This record gives sequence, C-alpha cells and structure tokens, in this order.
Amino acid sequence: MKNRYLLIASRDPYASKDIDHCYELAANLRDEGRVVTLFLVQNGVLPARPSDLSGRLTALAERGVTVLADDFSLAERGIDGTRLAAGISPAPLDVVVDQLAAGVRTIWH
Amino acid sequence: MTDTTLTFALMDPPYENARTATAFRLLDIAARRGYKINVFAYEGAVSLSFSRQTAHANAVHGRDAAAEDHPLPKEWIAALMAEARAAGGALDWVNCGLCVDERGVGEAIDGTRRGTPADFWNFAVASNNTLVIPTK
Repeated sequence: MKNRYLLIASRDPYASKDIDHCYELAANLRDEGRVVTLFLVQNGVLPARPSDLSGRLTALAERGVTVLADDFSLAERGIDGTRLAAGISPAPLDVVVDQLAAGVRTIWH
Repeated sequence: MTDTTLTFALMDPPYENARTATAFRLLDIAARRGYKINVFAYEGAVSLSFSRQTAHANAVHGRDAAAEDHPLPKEWIAALMAEARAAGGALDWVNCGLCVDERGVGEAIDGTRRGTPADFWNFAVASNNTLVIPTK
C-alpha cells in the first residue's frame, strides 16, 4: 500500500488558506504516479458545491485523484449530494476506515 | 473478530471541534466491524473520558437535565467499548498521563488507562494503520 495515499481534508478554502497545501500534495502525489484519494469531511465539503472554488477539486479529479465528499457532512450543511461539482462523488465515512484497514497511507488535514 | 488493528491519536478537548465528532464516527465504524482499536488521547482529548462530566439542564428552553439529555463524551466512549466487545473486537483507550495531570482530569471512566506517548508508539508499531487527528 506504499503507493496509495488518503488525504482527509477537513478545512474549507474560504476559512483556511493552508488547504491549498493539501490540494497541492494530492496533485503532486498523483503526478508521481501514486493512487490518491482526497476525502472531504466537515467544512472540507463546502467547495464540493459548484462554485468558484470547486474548480480546484474538479481539476484534481481530472488529474486522476479520486475526490470524495462525506455524505454526512454534506447533509449537515444542506448540500445535495447529487448536485456536486464535476468529479466529486458523495461517499460514506466507511471509505476512510476501509482504506485505513487496507494500510493506505493516511494524512488528516 | 478480525485481525485488523487500527490506532487513532486524538487531541481535541470535548465540545470544541467537529473533529471530535468525526473521530467518534470513525471509531464507531471500526467498532462495528470488530476491529481492535487503540486510542491515544493527547492534550485536551484526555478530558473526553473524564468521569465527572455531568449532564445539565437547559433553563432557556425550560428543560430539566433528563429532558435535555445532554450528550457526554464519557458515555460515548463507554458505548464504543461495549460496541467493540459485542462485535468481537476491543477498544483500548489510553490517556496521556502528563496531559491528565496538567488538566486535573485524573478520574477517568472504567476501561480507560493512563499512559505515555510510548504507548502511542507501541500502538502504531502493532497496528495495520494509524491516523493522527491533530488540533490544527
């Protein structure tokens, strides 16, 4: 599982500029050929709504990063999981436990 | 019972951040699967298992303590331990001793224990994976 990474993004770009580093890390790892999942949780799901800031997530998806948004966090914030920006899919938190159990290298941001 | 062991390091104190709720959700999923779960509570997270947490009334809304049914993290931890056992797994909860002393929260619920960062190291070495959930 050394080739697989799970990045958990709990912050949103409206309140935290350092989320940029998390997105950049996902892009860089992918560019190096790693298998990367970016899992958005808590306020990290806010840019999953189609908006000016969702473009970065869509770009990551186009680059080959799997971008998932916690369905519970979406529901808490009234975001319709069927109307997310391109490249982003809703997913249960079980995905994180699945990948932890599989030994995927996991970083919380 | 599975042979999967996961370790989590928590740092947030109760009632402060959504990270705690997410951490408990992760623990709940792992417990239901019968995993062996290790938690190292560091810094403010040592207060999560403080046994003297008390539910309170809500005078603004005219509810007594029973009606308010205020959630207490110590009860969530106890429930997670029971849930893990029922599924054939286990939850081993260790509080950083120095962090406990600093905060005066030495009275923790049954099933938790006092330890040091060395416990976290040993947990991580013996686990399939480790997730650190930092404060910031």
